[in-house]
Amino acid sequence: MSAEVQTKQAVLEPMPTMEEQQTTRPADGSAVLIQALKDQGVEVIFGYPGGAVLPIYDALYKDPIPHVLARHEQGAIHAAEGYARVSGKPGVVIATSGPGATNLVTGITDAMMDSLPLVVFTGQVASSVIGTDAFQEADIIGITQPITKHNYQVRDVADLPRIIKEAFHIASTGRRGPVVVDIPKNVATEVFTTPESFDVEVDLPGYQPTTNPNYLQIQKAVHALTHAKKPLILAGAGILHAQAMDELQGFVEKHRIPVTNTLLGLGSIPGDHELFLGMAGMHGTYTANMALSECDVLLNIGARFDDRLTGNLNTFATNAKVIHIDIDPAEIGKNVPTEIPIVADAKEALKALLAADMYSPETEEWINALSEKTEDFPLWYKEDDSALLPQQAIQIIHRLTKGDAIVTTDVGQHQMWTAQYYALNNPDHWVTSGGLGTMGFGFPAAIGAQFAKPDARVVAIVGDAGFQMTAQELSLLQEFRIPVKVVILNNGALGMVRQWQETFYNERYSQSLIPVQPDFVKLAEAYDIKGYRIESPAEAEAVFAEALLSDEPVLIDCRVKQQENVYPMVAPGKGLHEMIGVSGE
Amino acid sequence: MRRIITVTVINQSGVLNRVTGLLMKRQFNIESITVGHSEQPGMSKMTFIVHVEDEGKIEQLVKQLQKQIDVIKVNDITEKAIVMRELALVKVVAPPQARSEINSIVEPFRATIIDAGKNVVTYQVVGNPEKIEAFIDLVKPYGIKELSRTGATAFVRDMQKAPSPQLSILK
Repeated sequence: MSAEVQTKQAVLEPMPTMEEQQTTRPADGSAVLIQALKDQGVEVIFGYPGGAVLPIYDALYKDPIPHVLARHEQGAIHAAEGYARVSGKPGVVIATSGPGATNLVTGITDAMMDSLPLVVFTGQVASSVIGTDAFQEADIIGITQPITKHNYQVRDVADLPRIIKEAFHIASTGRRGPVVVDIPKNVATEVFTTPESFDVEVDLPGYQPTTNPNYLQIQKAVHALTHAKKPLILAGAGILHAQAMDELQGFVEKHRIPVTNTLLGLGSIPGDHELFLGMAGMHGTYTANMALSECDVLLNIGARFDDRLTGNLNTFATNAKVIHIDIDPAEIGKNVPTEIPIVADAKEALKALLAADMYSPETEEWINALSEKTEDFPLWYKEDDSALLPQQAIQIIHRLTKGDAIVTTDVGQHQMWTAQYYALNNPDHWVTSGGLGTMGFGFPAAIGAQFAKPDARVVAIVGDAGFQMTAQELSLLQEFRIPVKVVILNNGALGMVRQWQETFYNERYSQSLIPVQPDFVKLAEAYDIKGYRIESPAEAEAVFAEALLSDEPVLIDCRVKQQENVYPMVAPGKGLHEMIGVSGE
Repeated sequence: MRRIITVTVINQSGVLNRVTGLLMKRQFNIESITVGHSEQPGMSKMTFIVHVEDEGKIEQLVKQLQKQIDVIKVNDITEKAIVMRELALVKVVAPPQARSEINSIVEPFRATIIDAGKNVVTYQVVGNPEKIEAFIDLVKPYGIKELSRTGATAFVRDMQKAPSPQLSILK
């Protein structure tokens, strides 16, 4: 009887049209995830499948989103970071439970330290066996709690659409950062019966980032800047995250205030701008560091006063009244006492400053004094006819790419030389591991950057040691024919470790020299990628010209002088005014 | 110095871990911590006492807690007029001949006997941590067999001290 009724009803109901079929809500957790990712406009997923995420990958097979199969989860997440940094959108990563998830830990921490938006999906063993040390189980929620902006374990499939919305919202607003969503395998296969849960709005009473500056605080900042004799702007990555480059340049030019950058803030003002003093900090320019030591008003926008920037805090900007604009209130006053705190988005704060009725301070004398310093103590290196110097290599790359390439790096000597000698013209073209200083970051990040801007020229400048940590991602260049140019500044050493051992450990080179190297050209060729080797300055020009302009992926092994050091330098524990290696005399 | 912080959180699994993990990561030493339901459904209240040597660090602690997505409100109530209570259960060695002596000594503390055995008496004492401390010191000579303290829970009094009139004249 009842079967008959059902049949009749089924007949009475019209067949769903194509349009209706497409809007039909997904049937299980995995399909919900894919649908929710599509709703968020996700263009590409970086990931690696495994047991616990098999249902998710099966759903991806049926309802595809472009997916990049890295060769190691660390490669996947650094690629996602590069994508996030260049596109401004959250990078999406999927990895399986246990080892898949724990392989992401470095990348999650890196993204946390550099405020990059990531949404990371990890598989988890089924709810029924969580806590039993099941096969491929790891407590990824516990592990990632201190290294994420927030994390979730999905307990009920009905919560999935809400959690994904919240995860993307948290990752991409306020001070950005990584969010982990852990999905037990049974949740991924659970039948989804609550299509209305897709319509839930994000409602997070405990998360209300302040984006608009306080008017009175802006007035105080204006007052301080107007009366400054030696004002200085320290522009950090917050400018880039907020897309406030035009406002910064406008403000700088309107009131003629010199600017310096943090490592991560490079590109927020054009590298050749007349009021730009170069990068500040441990390997910053002499001018920038002296400006920080001598300024009387310091306007920090979107930088967190990292210890590599400030040097010894007791001697940092001792004469300055500090104004600090940051979207994260916890950064203000954390390291440096702040007279005028302004909690706001960098763009909104700069807009308010530009709109304020402000007299320009008298700065010509100050600017001239700083220009003299730059003339007297420019960045320097001593040419050596017998060897290619890393600085020369970067200068050639800079000239050939006209400062317009997207440049990625790891951490170490090559990173500092790139920061010093590759004067960026564009924002969002600088992808480097700042806060965590992650070896192996630069190359996969370049792959992600290329996915974000397929038409851009992307150059990964890496060291020989760091490159070997994630070199397996050459497979991706091969598979997708991604035209990333890998430039290895190969000095056969962990360069910065070697430099510190030379300077602070009496030349005791404990485990920092790599006497035996693979043949990187052959390695490239093994992946069907063209490889070049450069051993002298004479070769460099021609090879770079050919390689950098090619539309194909290329690897260039630059055999550079091993003994070359990064100067100038602020020794650890010293103040910015105590720089060493300021001149080559 | 000792600070008393109350934190209102969304009652989700892992939230206590998140808060204590944050304190550990930032090297704050927790003296005591209590958690329980609040008057609002789905919300819990934590009270913790931390020792912070550097005055500037307390602001950092409050800001870092405030940043957590599950944290609704953070209050440093150290300087406020507050009510604060801790409960302790103390099992004291009390042979019959000493029992009345101990009872009379602890009487001002309004401790209640909640269990008694042949040679032991278990007292329950409620008060601010200093009072608990004093109680323990008092019974210690008799021998404490077991001690369990809950940690302090607190909130601000409804009536806060009015600003002192002398100060407003000085203004």
